[in-house]
Amino acid sequence: MHVQALKKLAVVAAALAGSAILPAAADTPPGVAFVYLGNPGDAGWTFAHETGVKAVEAQFGDKVKVTRVENVPESADSERVFRDLANKGNKVIVGTSFGYQDFELKVAKDFPDVVFLHATGYKKAANFGTYDVRMYQGAYLAGIVAGYTTKSNVLGFVASVPIPEVVRNIDAYTLGAQSVNPKVHTKVIWINSWFDPGKEKQAAETLIGQGADVLLQNTDSSATLETASEKHVYAFGWDSDMKKFGPNAHLGSVVGHWGVYYDAAIQQVLNKTWNSTPIWWGFPQHAVGLEDLNTGVISATAQQAVAAKRQALESGKWDVFTGPIKDQAGADKVHAGQTLPDADLQRLNWYVQGVDGALPQ
Amino acid sequence: MDVSQASGLASSAVIAAIPLMLAGLGELVTEKSGVLNLGVEGMMLMGAVTGYAVAATTGHPWLGFVAAIAAGIVMALVFGFLTLTLQANQVATGLALTIFGTGFSAYIGKPFTSATLPVTVDAFPIPLLSKIPVLGQALFSLTLIGYLSFALFLVVGWFLYRSRAGLMLRSVGESPTVAHAVGFPVLTIRYGAVMFGGAMAGLGGAYYSIIYLHLWQEQLTAGRGWIALALVVFASWRPGRLMVGALLFGAVMALQFYAQAIGVPVPTQFLATLPYLATVLVLVLISRNPNLIKLNAPASLGKPFSSLA
Repeated sequence: MHVQALKKLAVVAAALAGSAILPAAADTPPGVAFVYLGNPGDAGWTFAHETGVKAVEAQFGDKVKVTRVENVPESADSERVFRDLANKGNKVIVGTSFGYQDFELKVAKDFPDVVFLHATGYKKAANFGTYDVRMYQGAYLAGIVAGYTTKSNVLGFVASVPIPEVVRNIDAYTLGAQSVNPKVHTKVIWINSWFDPGKEKQAAETLIGQGADVLLQNTDSSATLETASEKHVYAFGWDSDMKKFGPNAHLGSVVGHWGVYYDAAIQQVLNKTWNSTPIWWGFPQHAVGLEDLNTGVISATAQQAVAAKRQALESGKWDVFTGPIKDQAGADKVHAGQTLPDADLQRLNWYVQGVDGALPQ
Repeated sequence: MDVSQASGLASSAVIAAIPLMLAGLGELVTEKSGVLNLGVEGMMLMGAVTGYAVAATTGHPWLGFVAAIAAGIVMALVFGFLTLTLQANQVATGLALTIFGTGFSAYIGKPFTSATLPVTVDAFPIPLLSKIPVLGQALFSLTLIGYLSFALFLVVGWFLYRSRAGLMLRSVGESPTVAHAVGFPVLTIRYGAVMFGGAMAGLGGAYYSIIYLHLWQEQLTAGRGWIALALVVFASWRPGRLMVGALLFGAVMALQFYAQAIGVPVPTQFLATLPYLATVLVLVLISRNPNLIKLNAPASLGKPFSSLA
């Protein structure tokens, strides 16, 4: 190729590039990108985040440009996705699942001007901040409802994988129930998966067969609630409102309001006041709720008890893991008047008294 | 454990086994003809979503099952066209079919993730037999599809080992060249076997979504197709053993959950690997004995055949 032609080509390329970039830089609002583990579907974890993202869109309108990437596995593939989003000029990039942590952090180090938010992680950098919601507070209120509603005094819990987050929810559910009904105990079945409706159903059936009549699950499908409905016992929704999957069996849903955090964080980034302090919000910030209570089934006493504890939680002066709390062996784990610090909650690995069976180690 | 708990346990084991029995039996026939279709998971998912969509829209679960079978057959025909007519690599094509089925079922299933079924398929208890303690509830109080899946094992067993057509199918799986030389229509027989595999996987998927879970969600089957594939090897390509394997798998799952619920400490992570471990073990055992392989494994499994060669 002639030098002349090369030069022409370079000029054309520069003009093209310029026309593509310049107006964009002037007009486009800052980009906010969300990376999803699954697809929003209609219930569960990703759906709960999608609801939060919709809240962001409603709140900021055309002041930000929202991008979503669905079905990103928690593998090295995700690093490519985060890098790509950063290269495209997004100002805030949000990884909505635990397993992204190392990959997202790696990309964060290469893009110091971009804010990276990571759900449920524990690592930290100047431009990498983690956030989570205190689902266990909702589980506690669900426990109060369960404690009043159960007739067999046996509660069931369909659990996913034995990590502190799930153990915390089992403990909170049991503590809530015992606070109003000391005879209650909780049976737990681990299915070793976040999403497997077949196993969730089989586990729920087994729990019901063992006498459990109010179920809660920390898995991602609505199969537990659906099974409860089929067997004429009660259950709760988790992550999002699942009432429609079993209206008669549904006592309420423990819902995470991620949008509360997303709104606040994005506003801070726009105001340039954001910093990477880890965020763990709950009832005080209205980031978690027990919603759509089935008032036809739940007694007035139970509703009052829930309302009272909800108020206590919202005030921020009281939290679930306030002593006295004993473990399964009866040893004092939290003394009266004390509250388990967040650091301990984040590595919780023991069952409270009233949970049956041994925690898989 | 009292009688009612044992009965519940047996029931739970059988019901969990049925989709595996259906999908596994289809794959067994496919493999007996010498074709390895790794697309079972994809075909199950397509069956599950199509069946659920049709049942939820029309209110007729039976139409749903017919549609699911059709969807499974269409998927199988795509596989057949690629691997039999165009002679593409069966392993790669099967994997592609699973990936395609996973994505496509999620796409067309989107409007149905919140749809509830207007009707349920009720069990059809057989008088007297269903009153037998423990096993009566599990084996004689099934839905019609449940009975059908047990009956199909008899039919397929008879077909493969007692009928002339079954002999042809097996001979095609052993040596397509010889079968072709004696005048058997190798490709037609293989197409038939692949379609049967698709139909069964589709039906198994629809059983899962319509009867068992009353639910459609993306990736609903969560790997059942792969377990069905593993069970075929576990069964060393014998229908009777496949049925036992599927029931065993259902029973291990049910027992594991039961043990947890009554507070027996079980290493749940280990138990979850059992079906695969069992398959590996069986593979090791049958590999040690060449006669056993010769007897049961189709000799031409996975190898393309062309009558022009």
